[in-house]
Amino acid sequence: MEEHHRHDRAAVSNRTMELVVAAIVFAFGAVVVYDSARLGAEWADDGPQAGYFPFYIGLLTCLAAVIVFAKAAFDARGRKAFVGVGQLAMVLKLFVPTVVFVALIQVVGLYFASTLFIAFFMIWLGKYAWIKAVPVAVAVNLSLFLLFEVWFKVPLPKGPIEAAFGLH
Amino acid sequence: MEEINSLLHGFAVALTPFNLMLMLVGVVLGVLIGVLPGLGGANGVAILLPLTFTMPPTSAIIMLSCIYWGALFGGAITSILFNIPGEPWSVATTFDGYPLAQKGRAGHALTAAFTSSFIGALIAVVVITFLSPVVARFALKFGPPEYFAVYFLTFAAFVGMSKGQAWKTIASMMIGFALAAVGLDSVTGQLRLTFGFTELLQGFDFLIAVIGLFGIGEILLTLEEGLAFKGANARLNVKAVMETWRELPRYWLTSLRSSAVGCFMGIVPGGATPASFMAYGVAKRFSKDGERFGTGQVEGVVAPETAAHAAGTSALLPMLTLGVPGSPTAAVLLGGLLIWGLQPGPMLFVEQKDFVWGLIASMYLGNIAGLVVVLTTVPLFAAILRIPFSIIAPVILVVCAIGAYTVHTSMFDVWLMLVFGVVGYVFKKLDYPLAPLVLALVLGDRAESSFRQALLGSQGDLAIFFSNALVGGIMTLGILLLVWPLVSAGLTRLRKAA
Repeated sequence: MEEHHRHDRAAVSNRTMELVVAAIVFAFGAVVVYDSARLGAEWADDGPQAGYFPFYIGLLTCLAAVIVFAKAAFDARGRKAFVGVGQLAMVLKLFVPTVVFVALIQVVGLYFASTLFIAFFMIWLGKYAWIKAVPVAVAVNLSLFLLFEVWFKVPLPKGPIEAAFGLH
Repeated sequence: MEEINSLLHGFAVALTPFNLMLMLVGVVLGVLIGVLPGLGGANGVAILLPLTFTMPPTSAIIMLSCIYWGALFGGAITSILFNIPGEPWSVATTFDGYPLAQKGRAGHALTAAFTSSFIGALIAVVVITFLSPVVARFALKFGPPEYFAVYFLTFAAFVGMSKGQAWKTIASMMIGFALAAVGLDSVTGQLRLTFGFTELLQGFDFLIAVIGLFGIGEILLTLEEGLAFKGANARLNVKAVMETWRELPRYWLTSLRSSAVGCFMGIVPGGATPASFMAYGVAKRFSKDGERFGTGQVEGVVAPETAAHAAGTSALLPMLTLGVPGSPTAAVLLGGLLIWGLQPGPMLFVEQKDFVWGLIASMYLGNIAGLVVVLTTVPLFAAILRIPFSIIAPVILVVCAIGAYTVHTSMFDVWLMLVFGVVGYVFKKLDYPLAPLVLALVLGDRAESSFRQALLGSQGDLAIFFSNALVGGIMTLGILLLVWPLVSAGLTRLRKAA
């Protein structure tokens, strides 16, 4: 809400991003080629070896990456922003807590982690009072619990808090 | 007429109270998914797939396909009211839908969109009913070379019809194939591309890729635009519905043309998104109000909606008859079939008649249910969109995480989903298409095994792919599609020079 796209400075240009991504794709293709060659990418007595098909897939990946890279390098229109500073900040404000949330699942179980996550997000970015955020977060997780554990019998990861309630 | 009998039998299978309830639940969930940013047809169905593991397959596919119909309907709501396409295929709907809403005719635009969606789907279902048994019967004669040729054609079509850079389509597709190769090689028993990580033994599950690429990636993109939604008011009264229905028969030719475009693009895996743009373009050229398109013409809503829904529906035809899905969502449904122990392909029509015809019958019923649900509940769904994004966003992320976890009850998959989310965000911004990646990930193993079997049969001679008229014809068509971007670029240059 606070940012203005028109005045948003570019965090990284489209062209830089094109080149970086093409390079990563190339590296990925090279890894595939390397491992396929290790397994054998030739024609054995009993038919194609395990690396036969992936070897050519890897080669094509590299070829495509080289062409995309070359096109981007010579493209004069690549100056425009890939993402603005304000936009990137916004995206990171969501993504970083999400990573923490996923890490928390492994420690305290999904329900508690997601209650914290939803409440945190509402208070931090939505500027809600905790008196509003906490009930919403709890209600969402209660419905998730009913839906998955009770009705559809799909177990989700649980931690010490559920254990204290005798739920496994 | 054998098909009519089978279809009637299918209605008997589909018309149980339990299945009807699932249809309604599916449609409502689907519209919800279509309306919410970050949840779409493909990842919505992927997330809800584990919930159906305990159901009988026919009921499960009925519910999942109804989620898909619902999502197709739902995409139009946000396009018209908020100028935010809920789904990529409803981008073209914003062109005339949003101006109509601004003029205070949102009800007319919504009615036109829903009704056209319904008509497009209906025509596609009729095509499926009569064409799929023919295709299935024909495909029974297919051997490994023919199957490989069909896969080749599918992927060549993606390259040939890609709007942006063909090489990006190829890169994205090859990444999908490479990811599909990871894990245990079923023929030689060797480990491929695992580099000693035990988590990679099973390979990559495309459901995780779908949830990450489309779900997380989409929500990150949405967030760039900030937290606010601004929308027109949704009022859908009987008067607006009736007025629009009286007006719609005037556009019968546009509907018919758009359905044809949609069915074609759905069966050849072009997908709903290009179909909707194409139909909009065609309608604009042929309509007598063509130059007023973009200012709020009902006809400009009819064309893309009809085509998108026709394409989305007919994408299930190759999935059922050949085991080759025409869209990412069809791929997810195909994944479901495999999990329930059903082998998609022509044998399905011989061995699983109840299942196939139950599903086809449910397409008729599901779309009727969909039309009724969306016409009556628009205000409700529009209200959901007024829930602030700072609540919706974390809830959607939690739902995505749950969806990724439940596929194999594995936390590793949740981390993988996040990685795919970043890839989806970056790829989308750089115009790397995501659908080829997903389809290659789904079909990779089978494309490879048919390729190897074909070559085993011919002792490694590639001429096997041109050994008879059928396989040679499909391969030639594929090659033509593959080089089509070069040919058309060359033609344009020639024309400019002349």
